[in-house]
This record gives sequence, C-alpha cells and structure tokens, in this order.
Amino acid sequence: MMAVKYFHHALKFRKEVCIGCSHCMNVCPTQAIRIHGGKAELTDNRCVDCGKCYRACPVGAIIVEQDDFSRIFEFEHRVALIPNVLMGQFPEQVSINQIRSVLHELGFTHIFEVEHGTRVLEGAMKQYMEQHGRKKPLISTFCPAVVRLIQVRFPGLTDNLILLKPPLDIAATYFRKKLIDEGAKSKEIGMFYITPCAAKIAAVKSPVGDDTSDIDGVINMDFIFNKVYTSMKQGHKGKNFCQVPSLYTLQPEEMLWSLTEGESSRMPGRSLAIDEINNVIEFLEKIENGENADIDFLELRACDQSCAGGILTSGNRFFTVERLRNQAREVEMENLPHYHQEVDESMESYRGFLMENIGVKKVLPRSMEKLDEDMKQALLKMQMVRDIMALLPSVDCGLCGSPTCNALAQDIAQGRAEITHCIFIQKKYEQKDWLNSKDSMEILKEIWGEEKFGSQKN
Amino acid sequence: MHFEYSIEGGNFSRAGYASSEIKKLLKQLNVDMGIIKRTVVACYEAEVNVVAHAYSGTIYVDLNTDLIRIRLQDEGPGIPDIDQAMQEGFSTASSKVREMGFGAGMGLPNIKKNADKMEISSEVGKGTTLEITMFLQ
Ligand code: SF4
Ligand code: SF4
Ligand code: SF4
Repeated sequence: MMAVKYFHHALKFRKEVCIGCSHCMNVCPTQAIRIHGGKAELTDNRCVDCGKCYRACPVGAIIVEQDDFSRIFEFEHRVALIPNVLMGQFPEQVSINQIRSVLHELGFTHIFEVEHGTRVLEGAMKQYMEQHGRKKPLISTFCPAVVRLIQVRFPGLTDNLILLKPPLDIAATYFRKKLIDEGAKSKEIGMFYITPCAAKIAAVKSPVGDDTSDIDGVINMDFIFNKVYTSMKQGHKGKNFCQVPSLYTLQPEEMLWSLTEGESSRMPGRSLAIDEINNVIEFLEKIENGENADIDFLELRACDQSCAGGILTSGNRFFTVERLRNQAREVEMENLPHYHQEVDESMESYRGFLMENIGVKKVLPRSMEKLDEDMKQALLKMQMVRDIMALLPSVDCGLCGSPTCNALAQDIAQGRAEITHCIFIQKKYEQKDWLNSKDSMEILKEIWGEEKFGSQKN
Repeated sequence: MHFEYSIEGGNFSRAGYASSEIKKLLKQLNVDMGIIKRTVVACYEAEVNVVAHAYSGTIYVDLNTDLIRIRLQDEGPGIPDIDQAMQEGFSTASSKVREMGFGAGMGLPNIKKNADKMEISSEVGKGTTLEITMFLQ
C-alpha cells in the first residue's frame, strides 16, 4: 500500500453531492478514480490535477478548493498575480483597463501579470537547452499537470524536464523583492494568484521540485470573472475606479506564452507543442520508446488550447485564444507603450537576482505503474492479473467500479477488489450456484450504493 | 512469465505497439528506469526492423526477476551477411522506408549497444531470429 502522500490536490470530491454516475472515472487519464458505495473515490497519488473529472461531473460534486477571498485583507500590500488568459475571458467591449480597475476595487493594491516572468525565463530556458542539449527532448515544466503526469506515468522522462521555475514563480519572486526594496515588509505582502486551473493550485500548495512558494494564496479565476462581470453589468464604467495605467503592459510574445505554441515558438531547434492531456500521453508513449528522439524541445499542456482551456476559465476557449491573439497583434502594430518599458527596465535590473533563484530541484519519479515495490511480489501479482484477465470479458463496462477490466484485475491483485465485482463473473457464478442472486445484489449495492437499487425488496 | 505479440510486416502504423506493452510490463515490475529505457529502445528498433524487412513476425517475451528475454522471430528475406548488417550505417531498407525515418542503418548496432546480450541468426529466404537479453538485477 502507498502510505506516503506525494501530492497536494486542489480537487475535492463532495460525497454528499456525488450520485455515483462514474463519468469522472471514465474520463480520468490516469485511472485514479474508483466507485465504491455509490461514490467516487480518488487515489491521491495517481491524480495529476488535470481537471478532466471536474469537467465531466454532471452535478458539480467535484469542486476546486480555493482560499477565502477575504484573506487578502490580512496583508497591507495585496498583489493580484494575473495570468493573461484572465484578459481573454471577457467579451470585446470590456476593456483591459476596466478589468484592472475592478480588481483594484475588490481590494488589490497591485496588479502584476505573471507573463512578465517569461522575459527572464526565455533566456534561462535557452541557456538551459544549450547546457543540457544532449538530453533530448527537453520538456517544459510550465504546466504542472504535465509535470505530474510525467512523474506518475512516464517516470523515465523526469530527467528531461527543464528544471526552471514557471513564469508565475518568477513574477512572484520579482514583485515581492521589488516591493521590499521599495520599503514594504515581506510579511505585509500578500501575493495572490488568479488561477485558471486546479493544477496550478496544487503546484502552489506543494511546489514541484521546490520547498516553498512566494505565493500566499490562490483565487479561482471563475470567481474573479463573476465579480468583475457583475460589476460591469451593474454599470460601473469607471467613475469609482482608481487610477491604473490604461496601457498594455506585456509584449506580444509574452501575451501568448500560456497559449499553445507560446513557448515552442520561442525556442531554438526542433520544437513541438502539444495540448490536451490524452494527446500528451499518446505522444509521450512514443518519446519513451525512443521514437523521434531528435526533437529539441517539447511544450506540453494538459488542457485543450492550453491555459485558455483551463477548468476555471469562464470564457469559451476558442474565443479566448482569438481575443488574446488580436490583443497581441494590436500591441505589435502600435509602438510599445511607455508603462511597459518601466516594467522592462525594472525587471532587467533584477535579472541577476532572478537568475540566481530560477532553478528548481530535481523532479522525482513517482511511478504509480508498479504492482509492488518488490519485484518478486510484482511478478506474482502480474501473473495474477493475467490469470484474472483470462476470466474477465474485456468489455470495460465499468460496472465493477473500476474503469477497465484490466484496472479491475490490478485492483484485485493489489487486494482492493474482488473478482465477483465483475457483473459477468456474477452471472457465471450464479449459474453454477456459486453465488445466489441475493449476494450478487449485495455486491452491486456495495459498489453502486443502496439508492441506485430503489426500495423494491428482492 | 511468457508473453507473445505478433508483428505485421509493412504496417508501420502499428510498429511500436509490442514495445509499448513490454515497457508497461517492466514498469509494473518496478524495474530500474535505466534498464527499462535501454530495453525499450532495443526492442523498438528490433520491432521496426521486422516491420520494415519481414512479411510477419512474432515477439516472444520471457521474464522473471533476474532477466527479460525478448525473441523476435520473423518470416522474411533473412540477412545474407550478418557481420555487414552489424556495421553502423549499413541498411537494406527501401527508400520509402527511409523516408519515413526508419531503416537508417542504425538498427542492429543500436540494439547491440542497448542490450545486455544480443544474439542473431538468419537464414536467407526464410527469416531472422533476434534475441535480446536484459539483466534486471
Ligand atoms: S484531476 Fe485528472 S487525474 Fe485527477 S482524478 Fe480528475 S481526471 Fe483523474
Ligand atoms: S462524475 Fe464522478 S463525482 Fe460526479 S457525480 Fe458522477 S461519480 Fe460522482
Ligand atoms: S494547460 Fe494551463 S490551465 Fe491547463 S492544467 Fe496546464 S497550466 Fe493549468
């Protein structure tokens, strides 16, 4: 049994709401979910926080935990770290300036786009690629769900991960330092990230390859979206708004960093961008076989359309992408605004400091594939899985509460399920009088819960 | 434990399937990652070789806690001069196969480099048998 809990999870399954429909179980790319007692149950160490289950749940039984918004007021300096996809959530007629104003009104004293971190990161990545070029392909650590996926399913590729902080952490480190240098006390600074996904929350709460985080809390993007949008619908058009620079502050390539090809288009050599977790899995299988190993750089993102498709976004991901691309084009056509240069110069003066802090520790494999730590035991279990598979019908109906016949066979070998959980086996056993229909009903109730079988007596 | 996978000559879209399955087995056994990597690279090369050159083939896998033995047996034209085939850069692959990025003549030497032990025998007009052994401990 796995005693150590490796990961923090931002997704929580609310048992009282779950109707045991098994949609989540069927979409989970790491087979982390089982149904027991009519409720979804999560195997913590297998889950990579991709959010597929969250999207699939029809009744909202899966929630993404977040910090209480009022926590921001525990700090004197309240920084909203915003990813550029936030700007892409709103329809055209909402200006960036309005969004920023509402954020101020909500109580944030500073707003800083996390993509500012990419200007230091891009250089660092190129340098890293030069130094580690022989370890092809080097894989970006931008998407924390992908990093975890590699840890649990492709442990042999953890060595290929580029061990540099994501833009978010760099931006947070920079901005905290800047405020301190301007006279603020570190403990008076609260950094809050407006997150598009659960994976980023998990990464903030238990940073991969790092012990601490410069970020004090996370706020879900849909929460902020609703606040901002409500305020706008109620006709706030700026009169109560505080002064914020009404200019774009990011470079075009920075604006696009979190979208598909945002990184790969900036990297030298042969690079590839792949989004959506099942595509990523398919591709990593190939890479692991040594196929096409002469790719220099891989940008992998768990969501379709990358962060525009994050589970906490409210806007349609395709519109979001279009809007951000238009924005970037606009900036490209105009002269770079003055405010931007300020950020540019300031960050430049911190480059040395940021580069010192940009590395992360080795990312460790957390393989969840093994049947047992001990090879001898694992071999016995593998034989058992084979024997069981010979009995199971290979239809992957999921009625046993495991996502596939093979998953059930593994669960049985690991002592977490019984062969009689299979409905085909039940029928077979009933016919041979090894099992009576009452017991077989009990088994189904155990998996799917009493309620599913109504009140009829049998 | 014994496993078998069949390979279809000329069907590159399925090339790599057996290697992926074998990789899965080794992961389930908690075999050292470095060994898994070498095994998979060798096995994949060998599998592609069969697809590229033979009409059909079978991969027989035997494994225990000490070693994994992968035997690829194919029906095909065979290799007339094994020593020559073992030289880096030598290839008899057709240009079509080369265009797809396979058959650059890296096959056999690369397999040998990654395998702990490699044995090959071939009969012209009949087929080739390649055996890869990896020590797991
Ligand atoms: S977040 Fe992803 S990996 Fe985790 S349980 Fe849900 S679907 Fe599975
Ligand atoms: S999708 Fe999963 S969590 Fe949601 S109701 Fe169905 S079984 Fe429960
Ligand atoms: S692609 Fe972006 S939004 Fe989606 S999981 Fe990864 S970091 Fe989060």
